[in-house]
Amino acid sequence: MSKTYYDPTDLRKFGNITEWSEELGNKFFEYYGKVFEEGALSAREKALIALAVAHTEQCPYCIDAYTKDTLQRGVTKEEMMEAIHVGAAIKSGATLVHGVQMMNKVNKLDG
Amino acid sequence: MATKSLKKRHSDLANSNRQLDILSNGIFQSGALPKFKDKIAETNQFPIKAKTLEILQINVGYMCNQVCDHCHVDAGPDRQEIMTKKTMQQCLDVIKTTGAHTLDLTGGAPEMNPNFRWFVEEASKAGIKDFIVRSNLTIIRANKKYHDLPEFFKKHKVHVVSSMPHWTKGKTDKQRGNGVFDKSITALQELNAVGYGMPDSDLCLDLVYNPSGAFLPSDQTAMEKDFKNALLDDFGIHFHNLFAITNLPISRFLDYLIASENYEDYMYQLVEAYNPSAVANVMCTNTLSVSWDGYLFDCDFNQMLELPVNGKVKHISDYNEALLKGRNIVISQHCYGCTAGAGSSCQGTVA
Repeated sequence: MSKTYYDPTDLRKFGNITEWSEELGNKFFEYYGKVFEEGALSAREKALIALAVAHTEQCPYCIDAYTKDTLQRGVTKEEMMEAIHVGAAIKSGATLVHGVQMMNKVNKLDG
Repeated sequence: MATKSLKKRHSDLANSNRQLDILSNGIFQSGALPKFKDKIAETNQFPIKAKTLEILQINVGYMCNQVCDHCHVDAGPDRQEIMTKKTMQQCLDVIKTTGAHTLDLTGGAPEMNPNFRWFVEEASKAGIKDFIVRSNLTIIRANKKYHDLPEFFKKHKVHVVSSMPHWTKGKTDKQRGNGVFDKSITALQELNAVGYGMPDSDLCLDLVYNPSGAFLPSDQTAMEKDFKNALLDDFGIHFHNLFAITNLPISRFLDYLIASENYEDYMYQLVEAYNPSAVANVMCTNTLSVSWDGYLFDCDFNQMLELPVNGKVKHISDYNEALLKGRNIVISQHCYGCTAGAGSSCQGTVA
């Protein structure tokens, strides 16, 4: 048993989740593969979205995977960092917009 | 960025046997990853056999004006291996009679061979359908004596194939050296000016993309679209096709993989991306590589690993196309580089 919660080599074993639930695992990977195909959005745009979401989800496997994937697609480090800022802006905005809820509550209780 | 070849630095990895040891031991000896031979045997594709020759690739020397980080030739200004006029003459004898439809001159920077222009002039007389020169672009700007190369290529209807790792300066210079991007852009504009790469022009200008680090190339068609849009928008440059080539784990790229602790992960990537349908069309099945001293190899990579062709015919002076056909291709674990994803060859993807 690993002494750490995350092991980079576990990413290679992702496909193994299918072994304990074949039908659902296969359906997931089929869906996953389809999502990232060229569509109304290019595969490159999708990879950048995935990179940003990987950071907001703080998934180390996803960060490794989509950093490599975006590099493979010729994405520059400036583009990658900007994508992460988009994720960070939404995360911080999502926190701060709840400030309105706090203000509403303050105004109700102590207005 | 290195300024000398592995050979000049007396690096352990300048020794091809050392490279082959690394590629055969470790994760491949422990069984963590299957050897290439066993992998292709799973689909009954071992041994790989040479088919009819289509591409004759001649390496006219390892000297180059650049010292790119990932060069599989370990080329550079300090390399002294240059094809002599005598060996070129032996090659010409073959070029006149070969059934191959493509002649592919490579290096180093082939233009640095002192007999390069004579060789091109003579070879072009043979009337081979597609005559490629792999030019690194910066050579055109390196010295006055090379400034007329675009006109020279045009005169002999040479098909120019050039490396361009990215459409941005930062990524290009990181891999190929400071100033390479700007010189390459100027050279491409000069090639465009004489007609190379222009839409509907029969003066072919193709670019080769290989990744700048320990990752595989993405979809060739999508990359070509991105390259074309960026080079046209930013610099008004046109080119015809983009070949996406996988870096093979040999020579300076192997050195980089080991030094950056990416070797094992990279080999896992190659093996995981293994595509059995790419095996049928790997370039060694229709290509022959001739070294600067006239010896014959299944590909340029095997040439650098000093793995000569199987069979009796070993040198251009003993060339016999019929005897070479059907030979068993010499393989090792570096071959995974040509069978990953959509496959990889000097002419781009194969699957």
